[in-house]
Amino acid sequence: MQIDLRTVSIEPRRNTFDHLARRFGDKPASRYQEGSYDIQATENLHYLPTWDPEQQLYDASITKIVMEDWYALKDPRQFYYSTYTLARARQQDTAESNFDFVESHGLGEMLPAELRDVALKVLVPLRHAAWGANLNNTFICGYGYGTTFTQPCMYHAMDNLGIAQYLSRLGLLLGDLEALDAGKAAWLEGAAWQPLRRYVEDTMMVRDPFELFVAQNVALDGLLYPLVYDRIVDDFLSARGASAVAMLTQFMSDWSVETRKWIDAVLKVAAAESEHNREVLQGWIKDWSSRAASAMVPIVEQAIGPHADDAVGEQLAVLKARIQKTGIAL
Amino acid sequence: MEMKVAKKKLGLKERYRVMTRDLGWEPSYHTKEALYPYVGYEGIKIHDWEKWEDPFRLTMDAYWKYQAEKERKFYAIVDAHAQNNGHLNLTDARYLSALKIFLQAISPGEYAAHKGFARAGREFPGVGTQVACQMQAIDEIRHAQTQIHALSNYNKYYDGFHAFSDQRDRIWYTSVPRSFFDDAMSAGPFEFMVAIGFSFEYVLTNLLFVPFMSGAAYNGDMATVTFGFSAQSDEARHMTLGLECIKFLLEQDPANVPIVQAWFDKWFWRGFRVLGLVSTMMDYMLPKRVMSWREAWNMYGIENGTALFNDLARYGIRPPKGWDDAEKAIDHMSHQFMLGLYQWSFGTSFHSWIPSDDEMAWLSKKYPTTFDKYYRPRWDHIKKLAAAGTPYKNYGLPKLCQTCQLPTVFTEPEDPTLICHREVEYKGERYHFCSDGCQHIFENEPEKYIQAWLPMPQIHQDPIRGDLGAWMDWVNLKDGQDNGDYVGSNDQRNFDAWRGLATSNE
Repeated sequence: MQIDLRTVSIEPRRNTFDHLARRFGDKPASRYQEGSYDIQATENLHYLPTWDPEQQLYDASITKIVMEDWYALKDPRQFYYSTYTLARARQQDTAESNFDFVESHGLGEMLPAELRDVALKVLVPLRHAAWGANLNNTFICGYGYGTTFTQPCMYHAMDNLGIAQYLSRLGLLLGDLEALDAGKAAWLEGAAWQPLRRYVEDTMMVRDPFELFVAQNVALDGLLYPLVYDRIVDDFLSARGASAVAMLTQFMSDWSVETRKWIDAVLKVAAAESEHNREVLQGWIKDWSSRAASAMVPIVEQAIGPHADDAVGEQLAVLKARIQKTGIAL
Repeated sequence: MEMKVAKKKLGLKERYRVMTRDLGWEPSYHTKEALYPYVGYEGIKIHDWEKWEDPFRLTMDAYWKYQAEKERKFYAIVDAHAQNNGHLNLTDARYLSALKIFLQAISPGEYAAHKGFARAGREFPGVGTQVACQMQAIDEIRHAQTQIHALSNYNKYYDGFHAFSDQRDRIWYTSVPRSFFDDAMSAGPFEFMVAIGFSFEYVLTNLLFVPFMSGAAYNGDMATVTFGFSAQSDEARHMTLGLECIKFLLEQDPANVPIVQAWFDKWFWRGFRVLGLVSTMMDYMLPKRVMSWREAWNMYGIENGTALFNDLARYGIRPPKGWDDAEKAIDHMSHQFMLGLYQWSFGTSFHSWIPSDDEMAWLSKKYPTTFDKYYRPRWDHIKKLAAAGTPYKNYGLPKLCQTCQLPTVFTEPEDPTLICHREVEYKGERYHFCSDGCQHIFENEPEKYIQAWLPMPQIHQDPIRGDLGAWMDWVNLKDGQDNGDYVGSNDQRNFDAWRGLATSNE
């Protein structure tokens, strides 16, 4: 039924939902707030999980991190499904035209063979590491507590999958299926890749969602992305004329910068909560980042040879400086 | 240029394989059992995860693109709806009761499904299965959010929406869907998939969404129509996943068949009980009716169900155990529910009402064998009491079914004049059930169901201690506003006044 309505002005009877008014005051709420705060069940849970009766269905105590209010871990990007999807769709447009440009201008074929080999050797096996990251972030979303903390992990997981797929396309574009097969063989058997594969498989054993967040998003990706996409793709490959590769990995560069803001904000709030949290985070970050750094050395070596040790050391120092800013002394 | 020509073009299927399954590998630093610890204990045997057929081949680039397009349209319409006082286009504000129930009871279920699919998307060892579950995990948070966003504007003008987050965990009737989703999430990954992916998404979702969205369209609710349509293509993917999953389980090992059959029996009956509320919405709550619950059941239950059962028969799967009892309940359940809601309306964060004469005429036409015989006399009696100024309120606490958590208001399948009641003694305690279906579910897993949180016993415990006012505070129900009869409510008064403003020339 459609009635012609005169435009009338009606005074709303309330500004927002009660749980949001309690948190933010009695005023209209943003869509991020509506879609994120207090939407996970918290009490009167019915049954214990049959897969682990030691924990509750939603259980804040399965991590060592203790938060008075898990919703304090908000996402500075204020991503909810819609804003997240719109942001990625825009980036996908750019990525698509970059791939088109490289392909239609035959830029892949014009790459000097030795540079193309470096690109394939370093980048293609990383599609498997990105898949590990995808599983880990899916885990954090599934078992973590509080929607403001867990929903960006689901978006992050899908980004990890997207990155694995961009890397697969890059491999296909520059080296066909053979490049993917070679990359997988290197990931499984190649000596240079075993420390990283071991790292990834070890993280998949971690069932403390916050420790996994540190091991994957802070320690490993905090080193891997700047090393691979800044040091190798930009500084090494582009400087030698292989900037086509940078076009194919622009998504990863932009993504790493954008997501860092969120990751640091999570660390900062968790660390500020208590001395206990700070100590736990400090221990995790120390352990996982030194392991991640060792795992990265042989990978970076494949591109820049003997300078790899220094490059990784420098990047580790950059990561430490970044972490210090979140209030965690290293 | 020659190199370009030489480049192989991958077929769609092969390309998708490269983009998903080929990303995984056989671990060697830890065993598969250690990396996927929950996949064995349910007894399901999977010999070859590679046999999993991808139900849809969507890579992330395409996913972002399609979904962003839908999101843009959705929010444009929802914004316009809010700006133009779209709520005044409703046929009648009674309709809002259906939306209140939806926000308090169904949207939290979408969120639970989001979490459950994220867990399944990590716990299954096959990449194809993982990716399919992950896509559903992100879709489900979309649904929870678009529903909250679409209904947010109604909350600004009408009662009963404001405390959905508190009421999700505390008010008595939301423990029906909450216990349903908690049950699925506390099960192993395979049972979760059969419960939500198959039984709910595939077998029953049409009975929820199609009547709901057509009901919204018939009653002028553009906001709900929009989230419904926007979710439809996601739902189509989810249904395909549910069906693929069940076929995969059945094809992998004959020993899986009896396990799957038991889950199918259980989750059909669990789902049927949860969807009972939809019957009330269709038969009573829509000011302008779409079709009766009976008609919807014939179309989406019997027709689709029969086709599905025929399809699954070759695996040795038979129709779910409660199927015949469900059929016998169809002509009764909406009336039994609405009579229950009316007598306990002091405790609901939505309104109920006595159907008008017109509506009763419609009900007797749609339910020729049951309405006039069993239910009209009760409504007539209730009407008389209301007219005499002594409306019928039942301040006694209903007995809840230990399994489905609904009050035991249903009748015996063979005798519509006799309340169906079953009880079982277990470890010295007595447990009550609304039906054989719910009793069987309990008996198969008593250790699980004795844990159930029951909202009625809670009323006698701290912090409520049997005080109705304290209970209303605890569930954040505003007495005299959110609850009770629609007639005389704020919603009625305001809607009529605002609509008067908008349609008159004063």
